[in-house]
Amino acid sequence: MPHSVSTPSETVPNATEPEMDEAAAATTAAENADSQQSEDADITMADDETPTTAATESDDKKTDTKEVKLEDLFPDEDSDDEFPSSSRPTQVKQEEMSSSPEFPSSPAEIGASLKASDPEVMRSFYQRLFPWRYLFQWLNHSPTPTNDFGHREFAFTLQNDAYLRYQSFPTSDLLRKDVLRLMPSRFEIGPVYNTNPRDRKTLRNLTSFKPLSKELCFDIDLTDYDDIRTCCDKANICNKCWQFMTMAIKTIDVALRDDFGFKHIMWVYSGRRGAHAWVCDKKARTMDDQKRRAIAGYLEVIRGGAQSGKKVNLRRPLHPHLSRSLDILKTHFQEDVLEEQDPWRSPEQAEKLLQLLPDRQLNESLRKKWDSSPGRSSLSKWADIDAVGKTGASKSLDARALLEAKQDIVLEYTYPRLDIEVSKKLNHLLKSPFVVHPGTGRVCVPIDTRSLEDFDPLGVPTVQSLLQEIDAWKEPEENSGKPVQDWEKTSLKPYINYFRAFVLTLMKDERDVKVKRERDDAEALEF
Amino acid sequence: MIRQDFNRIDPKRRNVLDHRKKQFADPAYKETQYPHRLNFYATPPTADITLEQFEQWAIDRLRVLAELEACSFRNKSPAETVAHMKPLLDKYLPLDSNSSPSTQLPLQRQKDHYSHFILRLAFASTEDLRRRFTRVETMLFRLRFQGDDTRERAAFVQTLSLDWEAVSDEERRELSSELAATAAAANFAGAKKNNAQAVEEETWCKVDWMRAPDLVEQRRVFLRGGKAYVPAREQQSMVVAEFTSRLERALELTARALPRLDEDDRLTPILNHLSKNFITPDAGYSSSSSIDGAEITARNIDTTLSAHFPACMSHLHRSLRRDAHLKHYGRLQYTLFLKGIGLSLDECLLFWRQSFHKITEDTFNKEYRYNVRHAYGDVGGDSNRRGGGYSPYSCQKILTEHPPGPGEAHGCPYRHFNLENLTGLLQGGMGVSDRGVLQGVKEDKENQKFHMACNRVFEHVHKVEIKRARDDGIMSASQLETIVHPNEYFKRSYLLKNLNSKTAPQSQSSQKKEEHDVKMEDV
Ligand SMILES: [Zn+2]
Repeated sequence: MPHSVSTPSETVPNATEPEMDEAAAATTAAENADSQQSEDADITMADDETPTTAATESDDKKTDTKEVKLEDLFPDEDSDDEFPSSSRPTQVKQEEMSSSPEFPSSPAEIGASLKASDPEVMRSFYQRLFPWRYLFQWLNHSPTPTNDFGHREFAFTLQNDAYLRYQSFPTSDLLRKDVLRLMPSRFEIGPVYNTNPRDRKTLRNLTSFKPLSKELCFDIDLTDYDDIRTCCDKANICNKCWQFMTMAIKTIDVALRDDFGFKHIMWVYSGRRGAHAWVCDKKARTMDDQKRRAIAGYLEVIRGGAQSGKKVNLRRPLHPHLSRSLDILKTHFQEDVLEEQDPWRSPEQAEKLLQLLPDRQLNESLRKKWDSSPGRSSLSKWADIDAVGKTGASKSLDARALLEAKQDIVLEYTYPRLDIEVSKKLNHLLKSPFVVHPGTGRVCVPIDTRSLEDFDPLGVPTVQSLLQEIDAWKEPEENSGKPVQDWEKTSLKPYINYFRAFVLTLMKDERDVKVKRERDDAEALEF
Repeated sequence: MIRQDFNRIDPKRRNVLDHRKKQFADPAYKETQYPHRLNFYATPPTADITLEQFEQWAIDRLRVLAELEACSFRNKSPAETVAHMKPLLDKYLPLDSNSSPSTQLPLQRQKDHYSHFILRLAFASTEDLRRRFTRVETMLFRLRFQGDDTRERAAFVQTLSLDWEAVSDEERRELSSELAATAAAANFAGAKKNNAQAVEEETWCKVDWMRAPDLVEQRRVFLRGGKAYVPAREQQSMVVAEFTSRLERALELTARALPRLDEDDRLTPILNHLSKNFITPDAGYSSSSSIDGAEITARNIDTTLSAHFPACMSHLHRSLRRDAHLKHYGRLQYTLFLKGIGLSLDECLLFWRQSFHKITEDTFNKEYRYNVRHAYGDVGGDSNRRGGGYSPYSCQKILTEHPPGPGEAHGCPYRHFNLENLTGLLQGGMGVSDRGVLQGVKEDKENQKFHMACNRVFEHVHKVEIKRARDDGIMSASQLETIVHPNEYFKRSYLLKNLNSKTAPQSQSSQKKEEHDVKMEDV
């Protein structure tokens, strides 16, 4: 789940500005908290950034005095990743975490019976399956360690929900070691900072600790489609509603490539009901917030919340990005929305459609027609609009306005619904690819856009099944002599291969650009 | 003499100058020529000016910038801003076009050039000041750019060597339908020409899309392969964006070079003075604007008055009640506010005495009484007493001066609280639980529009009354414009919540009374 970080100084719990925390100052317990916080500032709870140690008392107080909990207020989180456990987050000191390297049990016996979030399952997964090397190369943009990796923030969510920010590692091996020691249920990737995030407190002042670069990210979640999908709701998905994700990826991907000229775009399944995009081009990574906002604004079409009525109100003629999107989406609208979702079958549902149409008289005729044939399908109702319109049911009918309203409706029911906050901020954190979703056990695998339509979220391997596959693997008769890695024995293999190819192309481009830049730098004497 | 100080700014820059010097093969610095009215301020001044000019020019420019900032705080439209600024610009910073008969052109342009660079020195020291300076200088540039003679403007843009690539006729034909849609979509305000014709007549240029982020954000350009296709009339926004980004970079360089400026002790005090006085000039609040008929007493602060406090004062009041104490700047900010709402000196002393209930009479008299009296102009030097003490702090002052440190409760919660604590204050202290409003406040805060956040909360808390005041014509539009002073917040809140009582605004009171009577009959 992404965490919005407005400025680095705010995220360091009020060690520097204890007076700001009104509730904490109100209790004496909080004063202890303040002193401990400055030592433990790395450890904050998920979402509300409140120190967890001794502040529990004041923390409870705070919750009582609020009508609305902070984390409920701001919809910029990927609630896809909620944990089944509802226990209060508690902090566990790092030293208390078991760090003794127990001999791992056989993956099969682990895999069969245990929950995905079980420490033993996680240990085997991180030890035997997680593609550490490619993750490193992906973030480092070069085979030898650079600041792109070393100054990169990682954030761990531990098994007990404690949340550790500002972790950083010089090499992929140290990252792996710490992950095995702390066994986080998942981890997130943040920006590259101007200095090592672990050293941020040694800086003269906190404002000089600055994020420099991060991939441009997108987050799409099927819960944002709850008002238009009829097959499932909340955390549930099926292949019918996954089609919304397919169309969203198509639409955004082509805009990023054709319009903005980005090349290195990786889509990742979020493990349950959504997808993330990582745009990794160097030009994208170094964009400031203004440019990120520009892209977000360019791509955002659906506006307004539950109470806002018509959510798409576009100027005409349509901007080329929008007419292209409409071309991509209209077939999906017929097949995946009208036929599969059938969103306007009941009279109440049909009323929602009528509210989006501009002509009162036409609406009256349609309402009458539909009342007389209950259960009429959405497909027929959609066709009725033009058919009834042609009969002259409304004398004042403006054919152009009707056409435009219909286009707006197509977009309202198909255009990607982005969690746009994730894209606007350079310093947003986003869940790493290849971690395991603790609820479903599914691995957050990359989605190959060349065969996007074939992607089946329910067919994505779970960590338990993967561990069983390792054990069930038999050495082929003709041995190539090369040692076979564990991931190659499982159905994770195509995904890791895809990732590896993606990373290699990225590194190659980066190297070429670097050579060119060094040449340019040598010549230019900048003002 | 001042020349040296500019040259000390940055060794690199000096190199540039030295290089030029050689080029001109002239040991003396060449007088800067100003062929254009507009200026990107790429080259630092080289000629000597007097210390008096140095200070006066800077102050004049500052006046203009502060007023421009005030216009944006008040949400004035571009047209209103132009009208409002015209007399000020004519007086303090005139800048005529080449076609003008004025004989003052070189002097005007020199003043514009030098004053800009002097203020750079004054405002480079902190990130906050740099951001503010960039913002207002950009506003000034945009204002002048828009008002410039078309041909002279084009000639100026030519000199900027902005690597804009012209779109060839061939490419324009190839993309004619996309460009037509873009042009029309961007031009919704309505040229009636048909689109194909518009595309033909429009000259298009191609730039990296990152050079025109705001046009991209609004889909006012066509994008292909990372290039934005920009119609001629949108190019202004790119020139302005270029101005901003070059100034940002230049200011950072200046900031890094600043420590070396301390060598000249004649300039440092002037520069410090300049940056400290960058406050909105008319955001001051005269204490005469208290409300007729309202009972402003120490006793009423908790019961009726504090409901009308803005978040900053509400927080100070709650902190005071919680701790029975406030630190220096908190007392000052709060005392002046109370003075501004019309609390008399005696009542104010009573209020503080009662609030500090944990200390002895003796301590209070020794340590606190004097400060309150001083703030009211009851004691102190002649000028303090003549001036009636200090003025209540404006939002601008609260936002930019003395950010709160440990244990201090003053400042502006929208700026100085983290989001979580701000949300807590709004929910607990101000009774705001509406998600839309809180989300809006969050965005305002992220965009550093703290006064917008405060006004958003005000409008939410008073939405019923504002609607009525508007519908019934009780308060004019100017009485409802953006609040930029805590005392205005209080006053407006008080008036709005007492629309039915005798404290209605004087001017409309008779008319209001009639309406009031009619309503009584209806009941
Ligand atoms: Zn479904």
